[in-house]
Amino acid sequence: MPENLFKLNAKEYILPGTRACQGCGLSLGYRFALKALRENTIVTLPASCLCVLHGIYPSTPVMIPCLNNSFASTAASASGIVAGLQALNKTDTTVMAVAGDGGTFDMGIQALSGAAERGTDFIYLCYDNEGYMNTGTQRSSATPMGALTSTTPILTKQQHKKDFLKIMEAHDIPYLATVSPSYPIDLYDKFVKAKKIKGTRYIHMYVPCPPGWGFETKDTIKTGKLAVETGVVVLFEIENGKFRFTGRSKTLAERGNRLPVINYLEKQGRFRKINIEQLNQQQAWVDVRWQEYLRRAES
Amino acid sequence: MSNVQIITGNQAAALAAKLCSVEVVAAYPITPQSQLSEILSSYVESGELKAEYVRVEGEHSALTVCISASTVGARVFTATSANGLLYMHEQLHWAAGSRLPIVMCCVNRGVGAPWTIFNDQQDSLAQRDTGWMQLYCSNNQEIIDTVIQAYRIAEAVYCPVMVCYDGFVLSHTMMPVDVPDAAAVKAFLPPYRPHTILSPDDPMNLNQVLFPGQRRDCEGVLRDGYMDMRYKLQAALEKAPETIRAVNTAFAEAFGRDHGGMLWEYRTDDADLILVGMGSLASEAMDAADRLREEGIKAGVVGIRSYRPFPKADVRHAFRNAKGIVIFEKSISYGYEGGLCSDLKAAFYGTAINAPIHNYIAGLGGRDVKARELVAAAKDSLAGFGQGMAEPQTTWLNTTTG
Repeated sequence: MPENLFKLNAKEYILPGTRACQGCGLSLGYRFALKALRENTIVTLPASCLCVLHGIYPSTPVMIPCLNNSFASTAASASGIVAGLQALNKTDTTVMAVAGDGGTFDMGIQALSGAAERGTDFIYLCYDNEGYMNTGTQRSSATPMGALTSTTPILTKQQHKKDFLKIMEAHDIPYLATVSPSYPIDLYDKFVKAKKIKGTRYIHMYVPCPPGWGFETKDTIKTGKLAVETGVVVLFEIENGKFRFTGRSKTLAERGNRLPVINYLEKQGRFRKINIEQLNQQQAWVDVRWQEYLRRAES
Repeated sequence: MSNVQIITGNQAAALAAKLCSVEVVAAYPITPQSQLSEILSSYVESGELKAEYVRVEGEHSALTVCISASTVGARVFTATSANGLLYMHEQLHWAAGSRLPIVMCCVNRGVGAPWTIFNDQQDSLAQRDTGWMQLYCSNNQEIIDTVIQAYRIAEAVYCPVMVCYDGFVLSHTMMPVDVPDAAAVKAFLPPYRPHTILSPDDPMNLNQVLFPGQRRDCEGVLRDGYMDMRYKLQAALEKAPETIRAVNTAFAEAFGRDHGGMLWEYRTDDADLILVGMGSLASEAMDAADRLREEGIKAGVVGIRSYRPFPKADVRHAFRNAKGIVIFEKSISYGYEGGLCSDLKAAFYGTAINAPIHNYIAGLGGRDVKARELVAAAKDSLAGFGQGMAEPQTTWLNTTTG
């Protein structure tokens, strides 16, 4: 593991001038992910925020070859690239499918489940900004309870976030990890590791979204850190079934000094209408998972 | 030296894919296509065909796998029917918009609801405007030969080709088929070498978002907008008949079988009455024409082989002397008439072809159509034409109407 940011691959694969929003958590995390994977990589992605980040024809800031595909088809597209490269004996290329939470939790779940069940040799990166942010902040099944979105504009979202990590773990894949752009070394490290593993690797990146979540663009990293400090986001990896806390979450697990969820929620405009009952439910949802992770880390 | 085998249409299609040395197959089973995807699995598992077979979880993914594998430079194949084809619909546009030479068999089947597993051509006709070429086969020999031709056409035009053949009527019916020699097919169809592939050696962003207008790239070169790219797809398909005819001629020279290029004709030289159809219905119309001639009616048949691109010039030539036209179709453009009928009428506009036209909708959801029923229908049409009816109302054959 590189001990500081200066030890990471210095080469940039994203030139200045992306079309991402100011303060975009995805643009930070994606930059470090590509640094870890390096040149011999092909990316496939659906219509999404990343598609916007990649710019408008005929120019793109991203130096990695990239195939745009339709919304429901990201993991199937990766399957096709892998099969095509295999047929042509070009097996040393890393194939990464990248989709948002809408394209993963909702519309892309069939193709992803199929590809994972087939053991397709690729990395699937879900960048989770907890809603359809590219189309204007609509609710997805990744949106947390109590959040205002443009399709839950008055009553807030009534349901919990879908526990997609459990769904992916149930596919018995060799590697599953969570990352946050607020912790770039942990993120980089996991992509370096994932690159070396064969089979379906799933990486879940929580990406704070200033316009979608309602916080100032200067606070992206701070928001991502608060998510981890409160246990809303837990940094871990599951390698061949073995669970391990990583980075800041590991320290929190050891010291037991996790902050209450309210510290994270109160900083974001999207939770301004959350009621006390929803807040308690959110806290309970986080606590249950945290306890489960603690148990798994001990065993 | 011929190698005649008694095989089903699905076996013919699978053999053709093997002879074309496809490199990636992705398919999802659906009746009546299933046998085709099963045979290809056995070719790949036995090692007879060196290809990657992706057993996808649905048709949308089947075509997506083909699109992506084709993008990195592999020759790909898939097949489906009916609702499977409809489930692919989004990706049909994506494949054509990406200008990828994918070949797919559509084993024609009626579309639900209500469910039917039996044959008509509503499934492929409903995909008319997706930018795919559509070639219709009238027997199993045509299936094997057309799939082979389809790769050469697709790879020349950079557009996908759908090879359509009737479910059960051809897919599950055994017929003698002269299986082409593997070495001869290799000579006829060289390996796929696309001018553009996605590779880390030359990074590019394919199918990127673009603006309505043209824009300059970083070197100042003006690049296409969306509409310019769409025009290029249309221009390619407008020119494609030349390729389809040339490939048919080259195939005839290499293998001794001529399937007619854009369309085929049967006893039309002196025909007054021309029966028209696509696929097995056109094949059956040949039998009907023979019977009509036995009764002294000079009948002939035109089988439309390429529905898209539409054989405008070819039909204008084939129907130049027609005195009556009877069109049999296994699909309907709801609220109007058969799509082939509309297209033929449009092709005749402004020409000297002014024959009366009668449109029959037949065989939907597998309803049986016998040659003698086509004979009776044609005679009804003639009677109407004789009474001066230029365009009798579309008739649903063997159907309770009214």
